[in-house]
Amino acid sequence: MTVDRRQLLAGLGKLLVLTPAAAAAWEYLEAGRPEEAPSYRLADHWWAMVIDVEACIGCGSCVRACKTENGVPLEPYYFRTWVERYHVPNGVSEHPEVDSPNGGYDGFPERYRPGDGAKSFFVPKLCNHCAHSPCTQVCPVGATFDSPDGVVLVDKSYCLGCRYCVQACPYGCRYIDPRTNTVDKCSLCYHRITKGLTTACCETCPTDARRLGDLKDPKDPIHEFLRAHKVQVLKPQMATGSKTWYAGLDGSVR
Amino acid sequence: MAGLFVVGLALFLVARKVLVPVGFGELGHFRTGAIADNRAPKLVHAGRAACAECHSDEPDRLKSGAHRGVGCEACHGALGAHAAAETDVKPARPDTGTLCLGCHRQSVSKPAGFPQVDPKEHGDGSGSCGGCHDPHAPAEEPKAPPAEEAKKP
Amino acid sequence: MHGDLTTLVQGFMYPNEVELQWSVLIVLYPYITGLVAGAFILASLERVFRVEAVKPTYRLALLTALAFLIVAPLPLQLHLGHPERSFQMYLTPHTQSAMAMFGFVYLWYLMAVLVLEIWLEYRAEIVRTAQESAGLKRQLYRAMALWSDDVSEEARRLDDRIGYVLTIVGIPSAFLLHGYVGFIFGSIKANPWWSTPLMPIVFLFSAIVSGIALVLLMYMATCVAKRIPIDMRCVDTIAKYLFYAFLIDFALEGIDLLHRMYEADESFKSLDFMVKTKLFVSQILLQVVFGGLLPITLLALTQVAKLTDGARKAIYALSGVLTLVGIFAMRWNVVIGGQLFSKSFLGYTTYKMSFAHREGLLPAILLMLLPFAILAVLVKLLPPWHEPEADPRRA
Repeated sequence: MTVDRRQLLAGLGKLLVLTPAAAAAWEYLEAGRPEEAPSYRLADHWWAMVIDVEACIGCGSCVRACKTENGVPLEPYYFRTWVERYHVPNGVSEHPEVDSPNGGYDGFPERYRPGDGAKSFFVPKLCNHCAHSPCTQVCPVGATFDSPDGVVLVDKSYCLGCRYCVQACPYGCRYIDPRTNTVDKCSLCYHRITKGLTTACCETCPTDARRLGDLKDPKDPIHEFLRAHKVQVLKPQMATGSKTWYAGLDGSVR
Repeated sequence: MAGLFVVGLALFLVARKVLVPVGFGELGHFRTGAIADNRAPKLVHAGRAACAECHSDEPDRLKSGAHRGVGCEACHGALGAHAAAETDVKPARPDTGTLCLGCHRQSVSKPAGFPQVDPKEHGDGSGSCGGCHDPHAPAEEPKAPPAEEAKKP
Repeated sequence: MHGDLTTLVQGFMYPNEVELQWSVLIVLYPYITGLVAGAFILASLERVFRVEAVKPTYRLALLTALAFLIVAPLPLQLHLGHPERSFQMYLTPHTQSAMAMFGFVYLWYLMAVLVLEIWLEYRAEIVRTAQESAGLKRQLYRAMALWSDDVSEEARRLDDRIGYVLTIVGIPSAFLLHGYVGFIFGSIKANPWWSTPLMPIVFLFSAIVSGIALVLLMYMATCVAKRIPIDMRCVDTIAKYLFYAFLIDFALEGIDLLHRMYEADESFKSLDFMVKTKLFVSQILLQVVFGGLLPITLLALTQVAKLTDGARKAIYALSGVLTLVGIFAMRWNVVIGGQLFSKSFLGYTTYKMSFAHREGLLPAILLMLLPFAILAVLVKLLPPWHEPEADPRRA
């Protein structure tokens, strides 16, 4: 622990002025501030994801990597990321056939015949890390929140397990972890991206269909991607400020 | 009555001071330590840069073929433990017969330009892909192998 | 832990949606708070608007409201993944969250409105009981009187004045308590079954309806149990209020339905299918036909036709029961119905209610019986049927 003289004086000052608050202030100095952790400054990043629907081959690498990396329960009702297969008869149907067997974890057994006149493709899904996230809005205690670097995170030690946020997410990105009875969701591999690595799903995507980007880094290729492609977010009518942009997204995707 | 109320309020304020987590609300309506908690988990996937530190010849080999964009752990599995203790944890060699089809099995839902095969029609019947293709540096546009070549034991 | 839930899914649901989040306990929560708000509003009619006819139910309504209000947070506690953390809502309430306000609205309503109003109403009697009895009972009543024994004319007048102000504050508080519960659902834009600005007001009126029906039934039941004649002027008046409140409630729900059908937005086909299949029994039959149209028609009959006392009593009792079932079905359809369809509008799931499980049917039944047990104790402590003598308000 390193405490410089100024901090020490400030701490002592608080100790003298506010007795009940003082103990807290002292602990807080001891704990150290995460934004002061070496080589990562919260204010310098604004994380986002881009997905190239036309590159996704439905192999399920991302789903498996995500579950391994983040210890997600293996039952088919818990996913931080999953892949959906769309099959749109005649290419114009209002009612696409969609499936996601085990979230795409085991890949997709072929069930459609070539030449059936339909349009078919895969869509990877994950938390959209919305800038105006409806899930953090409804959390009664601040156990899920928008981090200053643009990631929607969960505080497992503070979550009540009321499940209001699960109801509030329009994209179905949250689940209750049956082992902790608290909510869980994609953290954008926060433990990786804050150490200079990419997410587990991006690391293992064989076709570069998903790419992490830092919008505050002017040299990040995400800027060029967003310029070069026509992109869309899921359910734009929800106005959630989604930061997961899809290139080549079909109108039937919801 | 009023006395009770004041005492109750005072108790609440003291309890609040004691019970509210340290650093709550500094960066937003959350416990500041939650950021550190989210950074804390150990890496399970090491990342391709870590692999290249020891296996320094592989990146060049990968670059020469169509798999240049594929991360090591996409095929070899999560190897954070191997990267942390390379002699203790050894990765298994993937079975190309099942591994390759995970991506390359034919499907109407896959992008048309992506190389796909029907295992019933493609291959030498050995159930393995490694005999003809080098998984680390597969040819960009794999030529159909001559019939006699494909039948080779 | 559970069987393969994916077999319950028809069509497509996002994988995380397969597991239902809010169980029958969350159905009880708006149901019970609704009964509280409704019972209180009926009680305030007598106090604020001086409707003499409903006076026999005034104290009973207050005690009923209190009994149910004590139980109201229990289903929530039982449902939480970490009930031991619920106090955090008081420590770090998130001001943007509708749910964070629950604790405050609840405490305000419980302590500042209901308990205080009941205390003031009963204070003179509590003091008298303390003086007339001895031993433990004396100590208990002395404690209940907060060790004060000033029952002078002046003190009683002050009690009454404060009580009156409290009731006036109480009415908007009751509106707040239940309108706010509606807002919890109505403000979720992700869920089209819930997301409507009408939700708070529909919840409020259905609360009034259910609370009036409950007090009506409780009053008739206690009269029968104590072998005292039912005051027909009283039940006629309550039934009239029930009828008009129900008309407003039914009209509001009708407007909501009509609006959805006419607009037919992206969710409509999905919801329409759900109502006609999975929710057919609970929505169409229980809520609309047997829990709505039938009691309204029966009550309308008592308003237009001249019926004997016996016939009216029978109709009131039947309508009361049907109303309570109908409003329960309404809560069920909102809470459970809102989770049976996928937010992709491409599929449905089924709610499998467990029995002897933390969130199963058994605790739900116990939680519905608990208020009656509490009420029995309250009635024992604070008998609602004695008129306080020398009531300055009525002097």
